[in-house]
Amino acid sequence: MATFRIKRFNPEKQPEPYYEEFQLDIPFGSTLLDCMNLIKWTLDGSFSYRMSCRSAICGSCAVKANGHALLACQRQAEHIIDNDETITLEPLGNMKPVKDLVVDFTPFWDKINKVKPYLEPKEAAPEKERQQSQEEFLLIDDSSTCIMCGACYSDCNVLEVDDNFLGPAALAKAQRFVGDSRDSQTLERVKELSEPGGIWDCTHCGECVERCPKPAKPFDRIKEVMTVALEQGVHNNNGARHALSFFNSVKRSGNLNENRIPVESMGFFNIPGLLSLLPVGIRMFLKGKVPPIIHHSIDEVDDVKRIFKELDQ
Amino acid sequence: MIQHDVVIIGAGLAGMRCALEACKELDVAVLTKVYPSRSHSGAAQGGIAASLGNSEPDSWEEHMYDTIKGGDFLNDQDAVEEYVKAAPRVIYELEHMGCIFSRTPDGKIAQRSFGGHSKPRACFSADRTGHAILHALHEQLMKNEQSVKIYNEWYMHSLIVDGDRCNGVVVSNIQTGEVEVIQAKAVVFATGGYGRVYKITSNAFASTADGVMAAFEMGLPLEDPEFVQFHPSGLYRQGILFSEAARGEGAYLLNGKGERFMETYAPSRMELAPRDIVARAEQSEIDAGRGVNGEACINLDLRHLGKERIMERLPQIRQLGIDFLGIDCITDCLPIQPTAHYSMGGIPTDMFGHVISDEKGTRVNGFFAAGECACVSVHGGNRLGTNSLLEAVVFGERAGKSVLEYAVGIDYANVNEGQEKARVLKKFEDVYQRDGSESYNDIRDEMKEIMMSHCGVFRDEEKLKVCIKTLNGLQERFKKGKVTDKGKLFNTEIYEILELGNMLGMAVIIAKAALERKESRGGHFRTDFPKRDDKNFLHHSMVFDTPDGMVIKTKPVVITKHQPAERTY
Repeated sequence: MATFRIKRFNPEKQPEPYYEEFQLDIPFGSTLLDCMNLIKWTLDGSFSYRMSCRSAICGSCAVKANGHALLACQRQAEHIIDNDETITLEPLGNMKPVKDLVVDFTPFWDKINKVKPYLEPKEAAPEKERQQSQEEFLLIDDSSTCIMCGACYSDCNVLEVDDNFLGPAALAKAQRFVGDSRDSQTLERVKELSEPGGIWDCTHCGECVERCPKPAKPFDRIKEVMTVALEQGVHNNNGARHALSFFNSVKRSGNLNENRIPVESMGFFNIPGLLSLLPVGIRMFLKGKVPPIIHHSIDEVDDVKRIFKELDQ
Repeated sequence: MIQHDVVIIGAGLAGMRCALEACKELDVAVLTKVYPSRSHSGAAQGGIAASLGNSEPDSWEEHMYDTIKGGDFLNDQDAVEEYVKAAPRVIYELEHMGCIFSRTPDGKIAQRSFGGHSKPRACFSADRTGHAILHALHEQLMKNEQSVKIYNEWYMHSLIVDGDRCNGVVVSNIQTGEVEVIQAKAVVFATGGYGRVYKITSNAFASTADGVMAAFEMGLPLEDPEFVQFHPSGLYRQGILFSEAARGEGAYLLNGKGERFMETYAPSRMELAPRDIVARAEQSEIDAGRGVNGEACINLDLRHLGKERIMERLPQIRQLGIDFLGIDCITDCLPIQPTAHYSMGGIPTDMFGHVISDEKGTRVNGFFAAGECACVSVHGGNRLGTNSLLEAVVFGERAGKSVLEYAVGIDYANVNEGQEKARVLKKFEDVYQRDGSESYNDIRDEMKEIMMSHCGVFRDEEKLKVCIKTLNGLQERFKKGKVTDKGKLFNTEIYEILELGNMLGMAVIIAKAALERKESRGGHFRTDFPKRDDKNFLHHSMVFDTPDGMVIKTKPVVITKHQPAERTY
């Protein structure tokens, strides 16, 4: 007998959410969604959530189980039960709950819309198909597997503190076109994606890769967009400057020059930006956290340089 | 009252393709009870057919013959011809829109073999072709957001019909429970199939006969509902789809004794015979006690394909095996069984997407249908794999063009909003207030069980009569169910009850039409009439709801190029 501890919410009845427990024998081979259906169909008909395909392709049934977002239909219930024989179910995070496990997807879709999620072809359509090599296909194959379930969006650590961030799903969708050999807007796309709220606001925590139920793996796609942005020379923003400064510091000295990186990230001629660093700098100074003024290379810096040289070749 | 030039119900391939066409000159609304990207078209895996000839020479003529032979000669051949001729163009257009396809070494769209097709004709995007096309079309709708308004999570209750003209739909917002009337010059149904009436099915929870029953309740007929396709490779017990592409790539079917039993049933095509034949072969093996370990399943063996090919061509279904069964098909066989997959029948339309109201082909003004909910009929008694995505795209586009032709320049007809709303509200209230003793869950389970055992792969008169009687009993019990959620907000229970009502109605229609067709053809097999009977049954069934009960009439099959011949593989 397993306990399903479910976060219930129905503002028609009471304004605050609460937890309710249901006891269930998990039938052999049941997915988490099968169990949710059993609860709904045999114990409480008012239990609300989304579902449709049962085969991990429609993206409807993403929920939080034991604190992490997943697709309910994709996981065997036995595999996610915790040590107390309990599964805690909650709605996806970073979106407003509507009722029980149903959340409002409006901001999610608004952000997908923002990345111009459609092909802007290079030339007028030929009579037959546009040519694309299997290798070029593979560059966009992973991002095209995204099912828009919102699991990454739910558990994204940046979105928790910054509503303005486009989020992992929209950025992975953007890679779908940035990486498409048939698309004409690569430069314009990476310029827009380098704006605040875009790729450089990702903190690289990798949570979205952990939560993604498909090969889409958003952070891997975000890295690909970052690479294209740098290759295309879109350097005039804090994120790109930060990445380049980071790279150059390691290349030169084998470690990070923590005095130089913030300044280089802001840009030497960005006076307001540099001034905005002052209060932090002063606080760091007062607490004795300022790094040494003179930056030293590590002892094995020649090895590091050799690695960079080999990579260049 | 909401007003749009056109309202399209359903946002799968057919609905969205139609919208893209209609929005060129009209204000379009697309209404879906899920979200476009959640539509069941996305679950299609293996491919979309077209005689591109990218890996072997091919022609529309061969595609046409394969489709007709596969359909056991019940297809309307004029429609099939238009359909296969359009195939290459519509696929190039999808590619131009941005849809991604797996490629040949020289950069063309790759193609592979599929059951019943004599040439490698399935264009594919790994094993998620439906998903790739669905998202490409959704992207195009987002691009055209000024002229296409999408109503996510709205439910269509009823058509508004006045005489021979359709003027809109009555709908409700699932999030708020509010009932609204949408007045429209044209209504398009692209509401998909109804596989959920069966216990083992590959269909999504959303595939519940809402569209077809709304048409039927307005006095329109349904065509060929007895033809339900059972897919040979449903995951054992769950029924979810394991693409035919597995067999297209060379997988074997093995019975419990480890024999490639298709040798007995279709020696020339083996595992790549059409689905009806393979599904019956599997069921025969299972019924004869030759299932794997005596259970109701047989083995799908991909091991000899090798890891590399499986990872390149079939990565998603490999993952499905791991997630749902804990079995990796690189090293082990997958247990599968026939699963209710596709409805060949549906709302009768002509080949331009106009819904017709009788066996003579009389059009209903302003009402169109496309995709699985429609019956054109290009599939006849059995659909070939990869022909359904094609149907959705070709006839979605055609319906869109017909809508343009019809609705540009006409005015809205009068709609009595209060009366239409009241009709649906009454139905809603009736369900809300039910406080009987019956469990809807039990009713649903019993319906699915009896349809599977008595109206499934093999049927006979006695079974079908029992089936109909049982379903009638369930319909009575349905009126005495109990509702626990009395709220308006995202009340999924209420909508599931409405869907169940639709499914019960549809199940009866399937069983009655199956009882009437005393022959075996395509997906409809009667053990008491195991032969095809062209003399008496080379016609479409047209099921009408009349005051005196259900009446089944017939409609002639259009035969142009290919006279019915014996169907062997």
